Amino acid sequence: MTNLFEYAPAPESRAVVDIAPSYGLFIDGEFTEAADGKVFKTVSPSTEEVLSEVARAGAEDVDRAVKAARKAFEKWSALPGAERGKYLFRIARIIQERSRELAVLETLDNGKPIKETRDADLPLVAAHFFYYAGWADKLDHAGYGPDPKPLGVAGQVIPWNFPLLMLAWKIAPALATGNTVVLKPAETTPLSALFFADICRQAGLPKGVVNILPGYGDAGAAVTAHPDVNKVAFTGSTAVGKEIARTLAGTDKKLTLELGGKGANIVFDDAPIDQAVEGIVGGIFFNQGQVCCAGSRLLVQESIHDELLDSLKRRLSTLRLGDPLDKNTDIGAINSEEQLSRITALVETGEAEGAERWSPECELPSTGYWFAPTLFTNVTQAHTVARDEIFGPVLSVLTFRTPDEAVAKANNTPYGLSAGIWTEKGSRILAVANKLRAGVVWSNTFNKFDPTSPFGGYKESGFGREGGRHGLEAYLDV
Amino acid sequence: MPPVPKSDKPAKGEKKARAKAGEQTERAGKAPAAREATASFADVTSSDATLRRFLHGLPGVDTVGLEARAAALGTRSIKTTAKAYAIDLAISMIDLTTLEGADTAGKVRALGAKAVNPDPTDRTTPKTAAVCVYPDMVATAKEAVAGSGVKVASVATAFPAGRAALGVKLADTKDAVAAGADEIDMVIDRGAFLAGHYMKVYEEIRAVKEACGDARLKVIFETGELSTYDNIRRASWIGMIAGADFIKTSTGKVGVNATPANTLLMLEAVRDFRAQTGVQVGVKPAGGIRSTKDAIKFLVLVNETAGPDWLDNHWFRFGASSLLNDLLMQRQKLATGRYSGPDYVTVD
Amino acid sequence: MSESTEARLSVFKTYKLYVGGKFPRSESGRVYEVNDAKGNWLANAPLSSRKDARDAVVAARKAFGGWAGATAYLRGQILYRVAEMLEGRREQFVREVQDAEGLSKAKAAAVVDAAIDRWVWYAGWTDKIAQVAGGGNPVAGPFFNLSSPEPTGVVTIVAPQDSSFLGLVSVLAPVIATGNTAVVVAAEDRPLPALSLAEVLATSDVPGGVVNILSGRTAEIAAPLAAHQDVNAIDLAGADEQLAKELEVAAADNLKRVLRPQPVDWSADPGTSRLTAFLETKTVWHPTGSLGSGGSSY
Repeated sequence: MTNLFEYAPAPESRAVVDIAPSYGLFIDGEFTEAADGKVFKTVSPSTEEVLSEVARAGAEDVDRAVKAARKAFEKWSALPGAERGKYLFRIARIIQERSRELAVLETLDNGKPIKETRDADLPLVAAHFFYYAGWADKLDHAGYGPDPKPLGVAGQVIPWNFPLLMLAWKIAPALATGNTVVLKPAETTPLSALFFADICRQAGLPKGVVNILPGYGDAGAAVTAHPDVNKVAFTGSTAVGKEIARTLAGTDKKLTLELGGKGANIVFDDAPIDQAVEGIVGGIFFNQGQVCCAGSRLLVQESIHDELLDSLKRRLSTLRLGDPLDKNTDIGAINSEEQLSRITALVETGEAEGAERWSPECELPSTGYWFAPTLFTNVTQAHTVARDEIFGPVLSVLTFRTPDEAVAKANNTPYGLSAGIWTEKGSRILAVANKLRAGVVWSNTFNKFDPTSPFGGYKESGFGREGGRHGLEAYLDV
Repeated sequence: MPPVPKSDKPAKGEKKARAKAGEQTERAGKAPAAREATASFADVTSSDATLRRFLHGLPGVDTVGLEARAAALGTRSIKTTAKAYAIDLAISMIDLTTLEGADTAGKVRALGAKAVNPDPTDRTTPKTAAVCVYPDMVATAKEAVAGSGVKVASVATAFPAGRAALGVKLADTKDAVAAGADEIDMVIDRGAFLAGHYMKVYEEIRAVKEACGDARLKVIFETGELSTYDNIRRASWIGMIAGADFIKTSTGKVGVNATPANTLLMLEAVRDFRAQTGVQVGVKPAGGIRSTKDAIKFLVLVNETAGPDWLDNHWFRFGASSLLNDLLMQRQKLATGRYSGPDYVTVD
Repeated sequence: MSESTEARLSVFKTYKLYVGGKFPRSESGRVYEVNDAKGNWLANAPLSSRKDARDAVVAARKAFGGWAGATAYLRGQILYRVAEMLEGRREQFVREVQDAEGLSKAKAAAVVDAAIDRWVWYAGWTDKIAQVAGGGNPVAGPFFNLSSPEPTGVVTIVAPQDSSFLGLVSVLAPVIATGNTAVVVAAEDRPLPALSLAEVLATSDVPGGVVNILSGRTAEIAAPLAAHQDVNAIDLAGADEQLAKELEVAAADNLKRVLRPQPVDWSADPGTSRLTAFLETKTVWHPTGSLGSGGSSY
């Protein structure tokens, strides 16, 4: 399409962030090399450029970090809540001050558009610390009895899709309740966690309270299995979540898991169509669909299927895919080559199984990891693309005839993290929301997050809640 | 969408071809096309009840979602070449307006001169689309812009309140057309609309359209008085099926005038109307758009909602007065690299 | 069994399982001997098989929708009705607890009274827990946001081995109070109070399938239940350390919610933790926004 109003490139400046050529592990307030001297490279998924070389934690480093956290626990948990809270307030403020830098960093390391890191990730990160800061001296009032105690050392393993936000979801409530932390960021996105270590330094956080261990799955397994860890919090795949649950069986460790999903976005024929289209698009293409609560299954009432699909396709044609640092980019890069091949394989399966594939005309950059926004129509519940979490910009479109059928299909999955409902009929929203087996139900909206709002799954999407008053429970001995 | 008769609906491929290549033909033949579109809604407009059923069957609008979409498009970053293009486009889309009790021939002549030659220091500056005045100033305005291609638009129908008998409104319209107005900006009867007398609103628009002759008709809803987005969507459809050439947000005379959200909603309406009937209708936000930044946001809304076919002053206008000077200052800044000041653009 | 002083031959009771509101014998056709604390034979109890466990899960799943969907007020009244029915059969349960646990009559009576009172405690919780565990969240945006607790689903309960009645009631009542349905593995050596409780539940308007009670070898019955993909949670109260670990490993296959065994004083204030252990939090968002297109002017 020739369009005279072609937006000129509007790149955010890379110069606002200074990435060092190498980073260590952050243990006991110091950056240090891995005991075995191993390192790994982290690349920018949009260009495959190596951003930095990062120390790779092993079991010995995990042990060192847990010891540091254990040592720090005594004093940290004994601090008056108000003082702990003030550290967290400091952290929240420093994040706000440095949010532009951190947004650019996150976009570079993760591949997601700057629009998202700037307008979603970073504001939510700061808000999360600000929210839990306020809880630190109010735990008596949280509904968990008088003077609830922290658990001890929290071992936390986070994914690459929202690196800094997942860190905030883990660290903020842990510290507010008086625990100390050993956190392992994902191997493809270690940088923002290491910058967070620097923020801890600026905030004057006592050493050992937060320890950051970049590394791979083996380091994560060592963190969760360490005998002196009292609490494990994991966000990631359901398969790994189950493995962790098995590892922790028979121990006293408290466990919370936030895992996969196959969220149904249900659109009734009386929906506010234009907003529903926006919600569908935001539901599956936000962060390239690499979101556990993505609305990856569109359940549309048959009577409006064609009309809605036309609108959806027209809207997809306006999505701008490209340089994640460009402020006008809607769709960024897939986080890694590995993830790209997983998406590609599942999409090929979808085609092989007979679902109809469609993408807007969309030129993909020649370097980096990219996948065009993709729709599958003629999908049934039996298709792999309707059952397996794809974790990519791929939407499977199914139809239903009645509200009962919509609910039955929505619930017909081992997952139960999120769901969406679109209708202008208030009673239907409440009735359907009531029947959906999902931890978060967005009605006439999608993919909204807030630190006060508990988030987490039913069934195989995990257990425990993050956010809100509920999020405290995971870190208290109750 | 509620079912409507589709007798005039072109086949999909045909419609596309028309949208792309056929702008000229559509312009030339727009009046008959619009009449056909109106005719294709004959069942809908056969009674108050059928019209009400149709309007209330339109998809609802979720306030938060609509405003969030408008705000999200407002974060587009329009720089360098795109900005230069957008500024010139915005200038060319302005209906340079004066609608004051204190308007004089002198004031209107100055406005006309400004419309024809917005920046005396730079003759490459595009002309505005039109000047917009009260009916009694049409002749003066016509003279001021003679030969320039700048159109003269006149408000009519007892602007801005619209509280007059139909005969008076039609006389007002005919008077402006007779004085040479190229375009008529009418106001709908908001009282009738809010009382649910949709047919009255519809028939009044039809009558005014008839009185316009060859003049293009812009239908002002006064969205600030309609209050809800659902009402704005309904009003848009009444206007379009009654044959409006443009749908326009507001008079500029009430508290809430054009906003990104209500304009986005109206852009969705014209987009859907063309998809359904093949007839393209223009959109004019008016009132409250004062800065280049705001204007560019509206152009982004146009670009990403109705689409590039509307990025032309035949299909999109800004009803504004002070906006022009800000656009001119920004234009000078792009040309010279330094910020301009109010002394370097003309006061009107 | 206490012999009557008169020379009348007493009528023995045939203890049966409780599944789907019915009292079937074990599908295995087998029973095992249940003795009192001194080792005297009390009765034969059904020896449940894997198939009995499976049937119980089917019954519990079938009952879940209706029970979870019942009003909290109704569930409260039904739980209170259980207390009423127990009060009427107090003497029977005192005798059974006395036999099972080797307590004095006075101590057994205290245990039964406490168990009856526990039903009353949980009866009162049914329509309050949502207010305590849920609530509105003040999100930073134009949205109404409400978190509500909902029952997890089908819960397997490995009943305490020692406290055959008060312990059982203390783990069962909170599970069903919130709308879950339960498959109970009764105390292996002391199953009779549990099997008798089934008779009370059946006459207290508790819908069939809401509570299912199996007797037999704990490890044998619990293993398939822990691995069952249509069971949502498991309370390991009555599992020893080794069994608890095995069951927890099996439970990970579909990420059941697991309540690990812990030392509990069954006579102490139970608090709410057993209620909340088998609740999911659902958070619903809806836009609010302004009344009109220009923001509310009021």
